[in-house]
Amino acid sequence: MRIKTTPFYPRLVELNHTGLWSHWAGHLSATRYDFSPKYEYFGIRNSAAYFDASPLFKFWIRGRDAERVLAGVMARDPRAVKPGRAQYTVWCDDDGYVLEDGVLFRHAPDEFMLTAAEPNLSHLRERARGKDVEIVDVSEEYAVLALQGPRARAILEPLAPEIAELRYFDFTPAKVAGHAVTISRTGFTGDLGYELMIPADDALAVLDAVVEAGEPHGLRPFGEEALNMARIEAGLPLIGVEFTSARYAYNDAERFTPTELGLGWLLRGIDDDSRPFIGRDAIRRELAEKTSRWATVGIVVDWLAFQELHTSHGLVPVMDEIPVPWETMLYDDAGERAGYATSLMYSPMLQRYLGIARVKPEHAAVGTVVHVEQTVNHEYLTVPAEVTTLPFFNPERKLA
Amino acid sequence: MAKEKTSHDYDAIVVGGGHNGLTHGAYLAKSGLRTLILERRGFVGGAAITEELHPGFSFTTFSYGLSLIRPEVVQELDLVKHGFMPLLMNSTFAPMENGDYLLVGGDREQNLNEIRRHSLADADAMERFDFDLARVQQFVKPLFDAMPPNVFSGDPADQEQVAWMLKHLGSAPPKVVHDTVRLLFGSIADFVDDYFESDVIKGHIASSGIIGTKVGPMSPGSGLVFLFMSMGEHDGAMGAWSFHKGGNGGFTQVLARAAQAYGADIRLEAPVAHVLTSGGRVTGVALEDGTEFTAPVVTSALDPRRTFTELVDPLELPSDLVENIRRFRFQGTASKVNFALDGPPVYPALADRTDQYQGFVNIGPSIEYLERAFDPAKYGWYSERPYLDCCVQSFIDPDMAPPGKHVMSCFTMYTPYDLRHPDGSPASWDDERDNLGDTVQATLESFFPGFGDLVVHREVVTPLDIERTTGLSEGNIYAGEFLAPQMYFFRPAPGYSDYRTPIDGYYQCGSGTHPGGCVIGSPGRFASQQVLTDLAGRD
Ligand SMILES: Cc1cc2nc3c(=O)[nH]c(=O)nc-3n(C[C@H](O)[C@H](O)[C@H](O)COP(=O)(O)OP(=O)(O)OC[C@H]3O[C@@H](n4cnc5c(N)ncnc54)[C@H](O)[C@@H]3O)c2cc1C
Repeated sequence: MRIKTTPFYPRLVELNHTGLWSHWAGHLSATRYDFSPKYEYFGIRNSAAYFDASPLFKFWIRGRDAERVLAGVMARDPRAVKPGRAQYTVWCDDDGYVLEDGVLFRHAPDEFMLTAAEPNLSHLRERARGKDVEIVDVSEEYAVLALQGPRARAILEPLAPEIAELRYFDFTPAKVAGHAVTISRTGFTGDLGYELMIPADDALAVLDAVVEAGEPHGLRPFGEEALNMARIEAGLPLIGVEFTSARYAYNDAERFTPTELGLGWLLRGIDDDSRPFIGRDAIRRELAEKTSRWATVGIVVDWLAFQELHTSHGLVPVMDEIPVPWETMLYDDAGERAGYATSLMYSPMLQRYLGIARVKPEHAAVGTVVHVEQTVNHEYLTVPAEVTTLPFFNPERKLA
Repeated sequence: MAKEKTSHDYDAIVVGGGHNGLTHGAYLAKSGLRTLILERRGFVGGAAITEELHPGFSFTTFSYGLSLIRPEVVQELDLVKHGFMPLLMNSTFAPMENGDYLLVGGDREQNLNEIRRHSLADADAMERFDFDLARVQQFVKPLFDAMPPNVFSGDPADQEQVAWMLKHLGSAPPKVVHDTVRLLFGSIADFVDDYFESDVIKGHIASSGIIGTKVGPMSPGSGLVFLFMSMGEHDGAMGAWSFHKGGNGGFTQVLARAAQAYGADIRLEAPVAHVLTSGGRVTGVALEDGTEFTAPVVTSALDPRRTFTELVDPLELPSDLVENIRRFRFQGTASKVNFALDGPPVYPALADRTDQYQGFVNIGPSIEYLERAFDPAKYGWYSERPYLDCCVQSFIDPDMAPPGKHVMSCFTMYTPYDLRHPDGSPASWDDERDNLGDTVQATLESFFPGFGDLVVHREVVTPLDIERTTGLSEGNIYAGEFLAPQMYFFRPAPGYSDYRTPIDGYYQCGSGTHPGGCVIGSPGRFASQQVLTDLAGRD
């Protein structure tokens, strides 16, 4: 049995000069196409680049009770979402810990599509028992193409004039090269961008049209490494990195509330008693009693201190844009544990080492100095960093 | 009347709005000085500008690569906030005369494969070369990134610096010291010969040893130019060059915004006629139209010839300095030919590809090719088949040209400023400008058949044009040759490498000071440190 490939694979395998792939939701997903992930990253930030997001799980949630069921599951109120709009959301357990996150697209008053990184069919069906709602896993039926970067609109608009009026998190049905697709103004890069949901059989034809339209604009494919760089700058949490599902946690240290993940903004309207949802009581208690254990912040490493830490040890400081695949410990001035960075990388746009970190609330104020553990000459040493807000990078064009 | 006077009163005035003047002005303003930057032209940038010379096509008229800009400048002036955006050059492409090529990029093992295509032995030779060079860079960097000590002074503070330097020089392993000396005083051809056997690899490396300087790869001194060029540093990678968003003009606009954000005033179309002095002290400047501005500090961001023999009366200066400046070598030998293209150039061996254009395109396929290009320059004539350092910038930054169209910048050598026909009779760049353009175009045509048909616009910039437009004497791109007797504590003259001048309050921060030319920012930065130290010591 071989690993599955996505509908775009026949083209992508030609483009992947590195032969490097990882596994994502049981599919081959390119680690990088070009020998330099930084180059792909500049595609996102300077021209345009596309990412195969087909392995995402996709669920139709349809029926008279669709909104009611979702309102009872999601921590963010889906009732306010109008047809043609999408929202980023999370769902929690009874203790108010986050299970997972995803994006909810409202196609009609009684029709939603949810995309998520992990399987969720049984979880959703469990909540829908006895309700007038049908939940179908259509993950294999659609390919998803994320087109991101400052040139994304210039490339897509001639193909799909329907996108002209799309605001951030709007979506619309459209035709690309004669094929019906759904285009949303969404993405995971924090930049101007769109995502195309394409019936699997039409995936190659649509991809070919987009690639051709993008050629004079410097369009190029990007893989998971470049995506990871961009999403860290955008301050977006990634399941499996910033958090894992509370359901599979062995203890509360491995669980996080929306507030602890920096997603408190999703909880607007939580005091509205007309919408009980799973975890609501626990979350309200957390908010009222201020019992959040962590705050999620940005950290920016002191540039000069980083240089000196290395040069004083006879080393050449390395600015590595590939996010480190482990947690990095943070200490306060007294040397006590202040928290840990979940993501850490050198940002070529911002010219600094920066990271997403979880710190104890008393260290969360902007400007607080924390000390970031580094291994230098086989020894744990630290370098100072400053606490900042997220996102690090938020260009006007994202919303314009 | 009184009000008018106040607005002409500053704490510091900078003459010249090139990248060093802007950097210097930004630092001074950041430290709280009321600072005025005076630029002769209608826009800032000097030799680092971007111009839309053909509708939709942006040309980097002069400098094109963001080479050695010091990360300290980026960090200390918070340039990212003002739009600093270095775009990675992903590859270097070196076409060969037999139709083959060398194409190297960001992946070590892939590069080894490519090198092995040309020579099996050169693969690990490249690793050894890179490592040995990295050790030299690491050794040189603290000297490069600090003001040179004044070895000619008995002042205890200076002596302390000299002691620091000597200690540093003694701190490295003998091989590193020896490699450094071989590079500083030897030829790049000799140096690479110790490692490599493939012509294209040697030519590719040696090309960096001749940039902007009147030396061939076989001339002693080309090692120094190579080492200097290799001190570029991006995102911690030594030797890495990048390309600024919007070209180097995009970069100088960032600097201007930063300087203004710190409170500096920038006046355009404000050519300074001379620096005003009184009793050995600077008092301000006078523009060509007679307008005067006063300040206790004036810094010249121009080259040493203008700083010491034009902006001030050399009679006010010690004769040893004036003599040294008069024999300071400029002798510009580089030109630029910039093209607007209707489509990408086609290289037959890679006819269906364009990924080779994601960085430099180096037309210098062997040391012999480079040396032969140098030969006529010794006698005053320009190369028949020039060395070209090209870059199709619109592949790196699509905003430089309309979709599907391209701009190509070609740095061209050798084209001596003092032009003489091969028979010795006088010649002039005003007559030869178009012929030079044709020579470059013909060279490109030989590597990229059909190139000429793509050209929709061409700009030829000779050393004479460089001098006329930017003020860089004799068109020397570095404001003075990179020759050992003109570097470090000899730049621009022995005893005058501390950014001060013999006139109290008059400073220098142009590329004619340490470490030297290129888009680097160090001269502007070090000079600001010197100004601020002196001001602090004054009260
Ligand atoms: C053709 C060419 C290609 C190059 N390529 C590269 C490259 O790719 N990468 C790289 O790093 N470097 C390159 N260089 C070198 C680099 O551009 C220069 O070393 C650097 O830009 C010089 O900066 P500066 O501020 O010291 O001087 P300049 O840029 O020369 O600035 C001096 C400024 O002073 C102004 N001025 C002159 N006289 C007066 C006056 N009397 N009053 C007021 N203002 C005055 C000028 O108009 C100018 O703006 C190149 C240079 C040239 C010419």
